[in-house]
Amino acid sequence: MSSIKVDRLTKIFGKRPKQAVKYLDENKTKDEILELTGMTVGVNQASFEVESGEVFVIMGLSGSGKSTLVRLLNRLIEPTSGDIWLGDQNISEMNKEELRNLRRKKMSMVFQNFALLPHKTIQKNTEFGLEIQGVDKEARAQKAKEALELVGLGNYLDKYPNELSGGMQQRVGLARALANDPEILLMDEAFSALDPLIRKDMQDELMDLQQTMNKTIIFITHDLDEALRIGDRIALMKDGSIVQVGTAEEILMDPANDYVERFVEDVDLSKVITAGHVMKRAETVRVDRGPNVALKLMKENGVSTIYVVDNKKKLLGYVTADQAASAAQEKKGLEDVLTTDIPTVHPETVLADVFTPMFDDKAPLSVVDDAGRLVGIIVRGSVIGALAGDNNVLNGNGGEEHNG
Amino acid sequence: MDDTQILPKLPLSDWIESFVDFLKAYLSGFFDAVTAVLEFIAEGFVSLMAMAPPYVLIILIALLAWWAVNWKLGIFAVIGLGLINNLGYWPELVDTISLVLISVFISMLVGIPIGIWMSQKNSVQSVITPILDFMQTMPAFVYLIPAVVFFSLGVVPGVVATIIFSMPPTVRLTNLGIRQVDKELIEASNAYGSTTGQRLMKVQIPLARPTIMAGINQTIMLSLSMVVIASMVGAPGLGTIVYRAVTQVQVGLGFEGGLSLVILAMLLDRISQGANKK
Repeated sequence: MSSIKVDRLTKIFGKRPKQAVKYLDENKTKDEILELTGMTVGVNQASFEVESGEVFVIMGLSGSGKSTLVRLLNRLIEPTSGDIWLGDQNISEMNKEELRNLRRKKMSMVFQNFALLPHKTIQKNTEFGLEIQGVDKEARAQKAKEALELVGLGNYLDKYPNELSGGMQQRVGLARALANDPEILLMDEAFSALDPLIRKDMQDELMDLQQTMNKTIIFITHDLDEALRIGDRIALMKDGSIVQVGTAEEILMDPANDYVERFVEDVDLSKVITAGHVMKRAETVRVDRGPNVALKLMKENGVSTIYVVDNKKKLLGYVTADQAASAAQEKKGLEDVLTTDIPTVHPETVLADVFTPMFDDKAPLSVVDDAGRLVGIIVRGSVIGALAGDNNVLNGNGGEEHNG
Repeated sequence: MDDTQILPKLPLSDWIESFVDFLKAYLSGFFDAVTAVLEFIAEGFVSLMAMAPPYVLIILIALLAWWAVNWKLGIFAVIGLGLINNLGYWPELVDTISLVLISVFISMLVGIPIGIWMSQKNSVQSVITPILDFMQTMPAFVYLIPAVVFFSLGVVPGVVATIIFSMPPTVRLTNLGIRQVDKELIEASNAYGSTTGQRLMKVQIPLARPTIMAGINQTIMLSLSMVVIASMVGAPGLGTIVYRAVTQVQVGLGFEGGLSLVILAMLLDRISQGANKK
């Protein structure tokens, strides 16, 4: 189900925005319009959809219009034209009262510099949204406490914001947003003011929270690594326009244009590409088929190692041609000769984490799912190919498809 | 008439006088009512303070100074106010405190709402700002003339002239304080669905409070500086002593009156600043 649908949303900063909108329709660029009219195009006909429960990242450099775009969604900035659909409600046509209700109940925002009230305690800050709604004292104190416990600040209720570190302050900002129990979280550069280690912790924590709360999150950032880490899908903005929307892999592997390509060229691919992307189909043999069948399969497929599974496809180990041949001579079963002590990785393991297990064993690395079933193998060539940017070695869809 | 003058002199003074006459003729009922109310408040305040013997009030003020700032200021209050009492100016001191407190109270009552209104609309700000400039830069003596015309002699024209001269800082700093509140906090307040009133009461005014209080402190100081001028229209108080000393060239008397004012000014300044920090 689509949660938010944004249709040709535009913001012009200036005195006669209609004129600028007309130029936009004529496909004039941001710079041309600035020169012709003196007006700035903040957001240029942005269209995208966000699925319910999705983490949608809007990424761009400063001045790309991403912060304006997120403020158009809850109309902290009034759109010049275009629609924002939340289900069957059009936010851009709401009156003041409807808009206030939307902000109170359905959309909460987290700010770059936390925006906590310095004269109120952590508890009171977290209650703020509920207080505005007129929720009675006890109920809002209870909800605020729960939200603060959720972000790990249950012991800081009576502290003031200036007594907390930046990371803790932003947890309060997050708790304040969660206390309202909104459908949608708007996070404007929420972690950008934090130092890198704290930022990474907060990203992890947000992902953990998201596992249980399943909110629709629209996350603004200028940091590509952050976008890749947390985004289910990413929209890349430049000069007020959205230049590409897609999953992290789509954007990295198939950049829509030169701008995106330049943007992503410095990305450490080993932290993005997963085992699932580069694995190949494994030749397997059921353990009860015996060494002769294993030898035959190896010969047919031209491989020197075959993976041995049980009747539920669970990986038991592998046998080499030598091992299988000796078992056949000595009339032994496969289970007597197979090598069981082999490293395995999960399909979602990133390549940065497969180097060590690959180094430990000469045979291709086995990829197994949560149930211990073999879903594929990784050979060294495809890892090197993937890191070199060769699309041909990639499966494209991550590990998911191979699980079933 | 000067040959170089192209236009004849505008009869500005005539216009102002006809305007004042017009106000006096048609709004005399209003001015009389204001006079009655202010006189009642001033007299009530003075007689209330006169009921207690001076040393009781001195101790109360000293305790206030101790609470608001520290024990040193409490001791200063005892010594300073004791000196004024010893010089025999206690009734004048009470009159002056009453004039200052009434003026400051009315300035706050009128000035803070105007400041809030200014902060909400740029158009209001652009109208009010020049009026405030006018109020502050016009020589204070000039207010005395219409004040006397409308409110006759006594404490009331003194209070009115003092209010006009001393209110601007409260208005300006209320406006400034509210406008200086971090933009992100305003955004946060809006993003959570505040009404304009909620935003003002829960975010803007609490955060602007120190600045507003600084404005009130300035208003107190300016109204003290008007005490001598107000005495020229018959407002009783320490100003009368100074004014008499000036007209009779009595250096000693002038110093006594001036010193009493300085002591009062220091106490009011420190106490109001201290109370602000609490």
